[in-house]
Amino acid sequence: MSYLPYAVAAWLFLVGLAGVATSKNLIHLAVCLTVTQSASYVLLLTVGYVKHGNAPIFKGIPLGAPAVDPVVQALTLTDVVVSVVVVALILALALDAHRLSGTVDPDGIADISG
Amino acid sequence: MTRRVRIALLAPALLGLGTLFAWAIAGLPPFGEYRGPYGFVLNQIVVPLRHTTNVVMATTFDVRGIDTMGEEFILYASVLGVTLLLRDETGARQVERNTRRLRDDTVRLVGVLMVGGGLLVGLWLVAFGYITPGGGFPGGVVLAGAILVLYLIGSHRDYRPFRNEHVLDPLEGIGTGGYVVVGLAALVGGLAFLTNLFGFGQTGTLASGGSIGILNAAAGIAVTIAMLLLFAEFLETYVVPLEPEDVGS
Repeated sequence: MSYLPYAVAAWLFLVGLAGVATSKNLIHLAVCLTVTQSASYVLLLTVGYVKHGNAPIFKGIPLGAPAVDPVVQALTLTDVVVSVVVVALILALALDAHRLSGTVDPDGIADISG
Repeated sequence: MTRRVRIALLAPALLGLGTLFAWAIAGLPPFGEYRGPYGFVLNQIVVPLRHTTNVVMATTFDVRGIDTMGEEFILYASVLGVTLLLRDETGARQVERNTRRLRDDTVRLVGVLMVGGGLLVGLWLVAFGYITPGGGFPGGVVLAGAILVLYLIGSHRDYRPFRNEHVLDPLEGIGTGGYVVVGLAALVGGLAFLTNLFGFGQTGTLASGGSIGILNAAAGIAVTIAMLLLFAEFLETYVVPLEPEDVGS
């Protein structure tokens, strides 16, 4: 059981990647990419977890109480921000693709140029 | 490349990647047996050094403050990218604006309560972010989300102030630029960029943490406004006229 969270991260990454590669809709593709990126949140938080540790917020718990790694939590924060802005850009590109080619199917818009 | 070829290429690739993952995971310490020194070190030193009880936010805005500045610029660049991509130069997307409102009063009442409650929670998350769980980034998203509910329950007219570029753009500049200004202030004083300048105050109060509080507020403003700018651009593009039976008077 102690490796289960790592396996969840790997599973999310692979499933998301499969979704991206086989997607028939750019919006579905953006959601799949979010799933892929969720793997990194799970992995980061898993790496920093200390058994029976508290959140690294020393309000109400004494200083020196066991707490999980704050560095990976801050990294996860960055990760979430990047994920949000990437999705925003992909959705903007999807809107543009739809306007230019009338479809959101990545295979359907592959033929247009310039 | 056809779909079938793509899936035929994908399957062995995913299998290989999965095998590599399994190999990598087998070499990691088991879940819950964290070994790295940095987490333990920060949890020991941040509260005595910075008087800030939320070590995650102290890490974000002080220990690795320069990374967070890069993160704010990522956000800024993305908003810029979306704005440029969706900017309508032809006027082809001019569609009728829905100026009428939702008919159901219960839905609107619940919506108004969500706006008020959301704003309160968002402000609390930003203001106390470096003391209790929260911070400028999550708080800013909650604030922008609460304002977006106003669009859902109201009309374009109600939402107009929150998609006015002349208001949003300078505020975004203050949020993102303010962070850099705090960093430069340390340079002027002959210290390293983003050195924590101010007194650290009493542990666990709003006056603790020195410049962490200012950077947190700057991030809160930058994130709220960046989200509002993104919403504004998408709404501008996506607005469709409603059928008369969908709307009340």
